[in-house]
Amino acid sequence: MAAGNPLLRSIQRPLRLAFALPEKLLDRVFPGHWNPLYNLGALGFFMYWIVAGSGIYLYIFFDTGLTEAYQSVEYMTNDQWYLAGVMRSLHRYASDAMVLFMVLHVMREFALDHYRGSRWFSWITGAPVIVLLIVSGITGYWLVWDRLAQYIAIKTTEFFDWLPIFGVPIAANFVAPESLDDRFFSLMIFLHIAAPLFLLFALWIHLARIAQARSNPPRGLAAGITAALLALSLVKPAVSHAPADLSTMVTSVNLDWFYLGLYPLVDMFSAGAVWGALAFFGLTLMAMPWMPPLRRPAPAEVHLEHCNGCRRCVEDCPYEAVAMQPRSDGASFDLEAVVNPDLCVSCGICSGACPSSMPFRRRSDLVSGIELPDFTIADLRNRIRKACARLSGDVRILLIGCNNAARVERLTNAETAAVSLPCSGMLPPPFIDYVLARGLADGVFITGCREGACYNRLGQGWTNARIDRQRDPHLRRRVPRERIARCWAGPLDDKALAGEIGRFAARLRTLPAAAPRPAGPPPAPGGQKAAAQ
Amino acid sequence: MRPYARYLGQGSVYLVIVAIVGTLADTPAYRNFPEDQGMIRLTLSHGGKPKGGCRTQSAEELEKIAPNMRRKRLCSRERLPVLVEMTIDDRRVLSRVLQPTGIRKDGPVRLYEGIAVAAGRHRISLALRDSDRAKGFDYERRTVVDIRPGQNFVIRFRPEFGGFVFK
Repeated sequence: MAAGNPLLRSIQRPLRLAFALPEKLLDRVFPGHWNPLYNLGALGFFMYWIVAGSGIYLYIFFDTGLTEAYQSVEYMTNDQWYLAGVMRSLHRYASDAMVLFMVLHVMREFALDHYRGSRWFSWITGAPVIVLLIVSGITGYWLVWDRLAQYIAIKTTEFFDWLPIFGVPIAANFVAPESLDDRFFSLMIFLHIAAPLFLLFALWIHLARIAQARSNPPRGLAAGITAALLALSLVKPAVSHAPADLSTMVTSVNLDWFYLGLYPLVDMFSAGAVWGALAFFGLTLMAMPWMPPLRRPAPAEVHLEHCNGCRRCVEDCPYEAVAMQPRSDGASFDLEAVVNPDLCVSCGICSGACPSSMPFRRRSDLVSGIELPDFTIADLRNRIRKACARLSGDVRILLIGCNNAARVERLTNAETAAVSLPCSGMLPPPFIDYVLARGLADGVFITGCREGACYNRLGQGWTNARIDRQRDPHLRRRVPRERIARCWAGPLDDKALAGEIGRFAARLRTLPAAAPRPAGPPPAPGGQKAAAQ
Repeated sequence: MRPYARYLGQGSVYLVIVAIVGTLADTPAYRNFPEDQGMIRLTLSHGGKPKGGCRTQSAEELEKIAPNMRRKRLCSRERLPVLVEMTIDDRRVLSRVLQPTGIRKDGPVRLYEGIAVAAGRHRISLALRDSDRAKGFDYERRTVVDIRPGQNFVIRFRPEFGGFVFK
């Protein structure tokens, strides 16, 4: 985690651990990438579709009239309970679940420091999503025109009347039954359709800068949560209060606390105080990416003399920070990679994808076509060589880790050396070949964030795919797979990781000693030209 | 972990999610207003008299103005503030000078007030001054009402109906 500010760190670290523990527990029961905590945003998006689908069905039966609105909802709830009633309940509970997933999603992204630096755009564009979601929910409750709707109507209009922008108090429209007519419900249904449409647009913008955004949860998880919400709809159907009656006061209501939790605060304090609190909270939320700004490492750089325009970095970048443009250096390739520094999070996944990240290179300096200036591919080779040089056990293991997962430095000993990367996806597969072919270690153990929880979203998946020869750059066939191990471990998994490394060491002991392949003289430190050349 | 244990674990997670959703969707109930009380609600939107009064334009003055712009009475744009007072059972519960809205102070004053009272019989007196008179009120009304528990008793100001209107 990149938090440098002590105050911020004191908030983020406990919150991160508060998530890490349930994440670890849920990893044990959910297969693969199903863990709901790794899919909070996608689950929220999925809830949107459930709410939209059920809402379309409900609209068929909804009548926009002063008395007909309530009657039509009652018809759905009681007469057609088996379909429209279930749909109504599903509509309500899925919208509540959407708020739940959204709140958890915001908290987790904050804990992971996923809101500063290049990620500010997704954070800022999430703010209108919150507002539009709440507006969508409140206008929905208003439509039922029961006692709860009456309470919401009066409190909402009183709340807005605090702002000195209305010539006539809009709450005055709800003091007596004759102040309302059927057109009011036409307006409300328009708002209840328009707000979710704007919400969808806001969600689209929210994901605009994210490559291969996961807006759908895994099918099994989606099916599970849908079944659970359906079961809830059957066990505890959503029901209305008594019909609205403006000639009497609403004394007690069953609030939906997901959407209406602010209303009691208006009663307890005042509309002005709540407006002030909302303004403060909203502005703080919007300013958070710069409170303080992230001191991020330098963004990736392209070295055109080593770039052949292969596009692998473009395809692997999780943040769409790399693009192709026509060649500018006169080389015989059509395109060249170019980095947008505003979008780059310095994860190094691009240098892991670059075919020129080739540690065997001896006839020229080790410079990759694209790499991090603060952690070049030559730096990586040097660190690996230096770490492996310290190994003295009967089996020698090189542990490659990631800065955002289990801290691999804690696991070093005579037979285990560790190198930690900004992301496991930064590891170019030829480096595994290099370590084993040069006899720098007897085995390579790769670790990183827990499965499905990659801090940089795609690094873990690309690493797996490259080693399994499903994605370029492939790990060469000649590399002995029995000398490679992978274990995805979070910040709380040091012990489990140590156990896995121990088992890997035991397995390595059973293998015949590997003879290093002849490869010529080793490269000079720093990736400079070898003296022998 | 055995498959059945994993399914059980997944089911438990879904159960926790729907338990949170199902509970907070309508509980705990919120008590908004005491059941043994009623509400007397006063609402008005009313423009005070023009500040500085009005005068009638002479025929010569009107002649100089385009026909579609001619108005016999010429008033200043700015409005006077409005004084509103309400007394319930001889206790003054509201006495407020309302300033006209708008940057040029030419808009109506607005008021939306609710006063919770115990259910039962109450004497209500209302008074409003919208002119530049120094004493007294331009509109007054008194009444005795029986407020039922939970009743929303509405008082509006409608000068076209003579002032305060009880509902």
